[in-house]
Amino acid sequence: MTQTPILSRDQSTTSLAQPRIMDDLDQLEAQSIFILREAYRKLKPLSLLWSLGKDSNVMVWLARKAFMGRVPFPVMHVDTEKKFPEMYAFRDEYTKKWDLDLLLGYCPPVEEIDPSLPPAARSAARKTAGLAAMIEKHKLRGVIAGIRRDEQATRAKERVFSPRGAGHRWDVRNQPPEFWDQYATPYEDGMHIRVHPLLSWREIDIWRYIERENIPLVDLYFAKDGKRYRSLGDQDITNPIESNASTVAEVIAELETSRTSERAGRAMDHESEDVFERLRVAGYL
Amino acid sequence: MGDNIVTGQYSETHRAAATPIVIVGHVDHGKSSLIGRLLYDTDSLQDGKLAQIVESSRKRGLAVEWSFLLDSLQIERDQGVTVDSTRIPFRLGSREFVIVDAPGHRQFLRNMITGAADAEAAVLVVDAKEGAQEQTRRHAMLLRLIGIRHVIVLLNKSDLLEFDEAKIVKVESDVRQLLGRLEIEVEAVVPASARDGDNIASRSERALWYKGPTLVEALANVPPPASRAALPFRMPVQDVYRFDGVRYVAGRIERGTVRAGDRLTIGAQGQVATVAEVCRWHAPELPVAGAGESIALRLEPDLVPDRGDLLFPADDKAAAPERSARIRTRLFWLRGEPLRVGESFTLRLATAEHDVTVASIDAVVDLEDLTLREGDSVPPDGFAEITLAASHAVLFDPFAPGFGDGRGVLVDRYQRIVGGAPLIGPAELADGEHAIHPTASRVSAARQVQTRGHKSGVFWLTGLPGSGKSTVARAAELALSEQAINATVLDGDTLRAGLCSDLGFSPEDRRENIRRAAHVAKILAESGQVVIVALVSPLEADRAQARQIVGENFHEVFVDTPLETCEKRDPKGLYAAARSGKIPEFTGVSAPYEAPVSPELRLAADRPEHDAVNTLTAFILRIVQP
Repeated sequence: MTQTPILSRDQSTTSLAQPRIMDDLDQLEAQSIFILREAYRKLKPLSLLWSLGKDSNVMVWLARKAFMGRVPFPVMHVDTEKKFPEMYAFRDEYTKKWDLDLLLGYCPPVEEIDPSLPPAARSAARKTAGLAAMIEKHKLRGVIAGIRRDEQATRAKERVFSPRGAGHRWDVRNQPPEFWDQYATPYEDGMHIRVHPLLSWREIDIWRYIERENIPLVDLYFAKDGKRYRSLGDQDITNPIESNASTVAEVIAELETSRTSERAGRAMDHESEDVFERLRVAGYL
Repeated sequence: MGDNIVTGQYSETHRAAATPIVIVGHVDHGKSSLIGRLLYDTDSLQDGKLAQIVESSRKRGLAVEWSFLLDSLQIERDQGVTVDSTRIPFRLGSREFVIVDAPGHRQFLRNMITGAADAEAAVLVVDAKEGAQEQTRRHAMLLRLIGIRHVIVLLNKSDLLEFDEAKIVKVESDVRQLLGRLEIEVEAVVPASARDGDNIASRSERALWYKGPTLVEALANVPPPASRAALPFRMPVQDVYRFDGVRYVAGRIERGTVRAGDRLTIGAQGQVATVAEVCRWHAPELPVAGAGESIALRLEPDLVPDRGDLLFPADDKAAAPERSARIRTRLFWLRGEPLRVGESFTLRLATAEHDVTVASIDAVVDLEDLTLREGDSVPPDGFAEITLAASHAVLFDPFAPGFGDGRGVLVDRYQRIVGGAPLIGPAELADGEHAIHPTASRVSAARQVQTRGHKSGVFWLTGLPGSGKSTVARAAELALSEQAINATVLDGDTLRAGLCSDLGFSPEDRRENIRRAAHVAKILAESGQVVIVALVSPLEADRAQARQIVGENFHEVFVDTPLETCEKRDPKGLYAAARSGKIPEFTGVSAPYEAPVSPELRLAADRPEHDAVNTLTAFILRIVQP
C-alpha cells in the first residue's frame, strides 16, 4: 500500500479552492438568473406566468435561485378551466410548499374570441384574453414567460425583453436591438414587457436541469399505458405521444433520439401555416 | 424535501455549452439557403420539417426553398427576405452549435447585431461572382466591433465561376485584403455551393485543387471560448437585496474569481469590504465563484453598494480598472437620424448607467474602403470613433474581443438602445493608437469657418511668472477683435479665481490646473473660438499633456523673458515674497521652469511690448484665417 506523503496532503488542503468549471446547464442557469434579476430590478409591478408545465416550474425554480430561495413577486396562473385535474392539484400543493404569492385569472368563453381563427387556435386564444385582463387589472409592467426559441419558429425570433405596445401587440417587424445583455425597457402608457428567461434553453436542457435539480413535475409527463404528454395545454387541444418513458432519465433518453417536434401534440400548430404568428402578434405567448 | 440540500445530480462528465455561430453577409448571397443545406446534410432536421418546407414552397410556386426553415414569419416568406435573427441548435459529432441566421438587408441591421453579438465565430457568406458588397463590408466591420474572433469566409455560388481556381483565388485575395484591413483573422476561405452542397459537409468533386477545410470541418475547428477565470476579479453590482435580515450583493462575475476573505473595492467611491460569504441557493457549497456565475455576496462591513458599482480587488493596484471621465470608444450607430457632437445619452456599461455627452466625433468609417475619415456626424447604421464625456469618473476595462465587458450601449431618453460602444480607453491615452485621429475641434472648425469666417485654435503661452503673458494675451485679444475675430483669454489668475480655486501650487495641483485649462480650451476651440491660454505651465510634461488633450489645434508660444527682467518687474510682488520664503515652490525661484525646446513662436523680451503683441497677433491670424 502506498502512503500519501503528509506534505502533499497539507498542500492540497491549504491550496485555494478553485471555482467549478461551468458546464452548459450552469451557463444557462447563470444567464437566466441574470435575466430574472434584471426584470425584478427594472420592471415593477412584475409577475411570473406559472402555467404549471415543466418550463414554468423550471422558471419558478430559477427565480428561487436568483433570490436566495424565494420568489419576491407574485406568480400568476391564467386559468382556462380546462386543464387536467392533476395540474390543479399540483398548483395547490406547490403554491404552499414554495410559499408563492399566487394571482389567479380566468379566461373568457370561446364565443368572445375572434371567430376567424381556426378552432383549436381560437380556443388557445382565450388565454391571450385572460392574460390581457390580468395585465390590466394588476397594471403589470413586466410579465415573465417561459417560452423557448426551439419550441416554435416565430418564438425563435423573440427578444429576452420583448416590449408589447398598447393592446399588447407584438410588433414583430420592428423589434428593438438587444445585445450584450442590455435589455431595452421603453415605457409608454399601456405598455408592458414580456421577459423570457428560458429563451436559449432547449427542451432537453429543461429535462436535464429538472433531473439535476430534482424539480417536481405533474406526472402527466410520464408514461402510463404507453402514452405520455410531452407538452401540456388544455385537455381538449393537447394530445399525448406514444412513449414508455416513465422517469426523468427515460424522458431524456427518449429525447436524445427523438426526431419530432415538441409541439407536435398541439392541435393549433397544424391548422394553418401562419396561425402561430397571428396568435403571437395578438399577445399569445 | 429540504430545499437547502442538494438532492439532484451534478453530472461527472463536463458538457460544454453550445458554440454560437452567426451566418452573415450581403442580402441574396445565400445565407439562409446555406443554413438549410447545412442542417439537411448533417441530418439535423426534425421529422415533418422538410414536408412543411416543401408545402410552403409549393404554395408560393417555388422549388424547395431552404430559407423557409428560418424565415418563419409571413413577411419573410412572402418577400423572400430575412427580417429578424433566428437560432437553431445543430450538432457536429459530440459538439453542440447554435446557428444564428442574421438578416443581410441594411434595413434590419439592428436585428443582425442582435443575432450576432454573442457569437463565438462567424461565417461570412460572399457571392463568389459578385465579391464583397456594401453589406459584406458593413457586416465585416460589425464583426470586428462586436469582437468576434473567428471568421470563416464562404465563397458561395462558386459554381457560377465553374470552381475555376484562378478566378476563385482572385476573389479570395480581395476578401482577405478587406478583412485584413479590419485586423480580422480569417480561419478559412471555402469555395462552395450551398445549393448543390459542394464543400459544405462533403468535399466538392468540382474543386479538386482546393485543399482547405469544408465548412463543416472549419466549424469543428473553432476553438472553445477563452477562460476569463485567470483575470483580475470584476463584478458589477446588479442589485442589493435584504431577505430575512441578511443583505445580499447580487451580480454576475465578469472576470476572475472571488473567495470568502477577499478584500474588494466598491465602485468609484472606493470603499473597501471583505467577502464574508459567497452565497447560492440549492447548489454545492463552495467558498469561491468564477467568471460567468450569477451569485450573491455578503460583505463585512455590511455596506450597501449601488447598482452599477464595480467590485474589484482592493489590494492590488495593477488589478484596478481604468478610471476616466472621458472615454474614447468605437461606435456602431443604430438610430434613424445622424449622431452629432453635443448629444447626451445614458451609457449603459454592464449594470451601470452613466450620463454622457458626445464630446467629439474623432473619425467616421468610410464604408466604401473602410478607412477612417473626418466627419461631423455619424450617419444611420454608420461606424465611428467618438469621445464620450461623463459627469464623473467611470470605472471600466477596455473592450477586448472574446470578453463580455468593456462594451456599453447608448440609450436615449426613451430608453431605446441607439448605439453600441466597445470602449477603447481613457480619451487622453487613446491618441496615437490609430492611423488617423482627427479631433472634433478640427471637425467643428471646418464647419465653423463658414459661419465665423475664421478657424479656431489654441495658443498656449508659457513663461516665467511676470514674463508678460497675460498682458500680451489681452492686447492680442483686442487686436484680433478689431479684425472681427473672437478670442478668449484663459489666464492663470482668472482660472484660479474660479474653476481651479480648489487647487494649490504643488506639482500635482499645477498639473491638474493645466489639465483643466486644456480641456476648457479644447471645448472653446470646438465651438470655433480662438483661445489664448496664458499659464506659467513650467514643466515640459504638463505642456505635452495639454497638447495631447487639445490635439492638433495646439500652438505653443514661449514668452521668453529672462528671470532678472521678470523679477525686476515683479508686478504682483510675488518674487519678493518667494525670495523671503513666504511662497514655497515658486517657479524660477524655488521650483524649476523647463523652457520649451522648440516652440512654434518665441516672443523675445529684448523688444518693446507692442512688438510682441503684433508678432503674436500676426501669428494667430496666419493660422486662423482661411
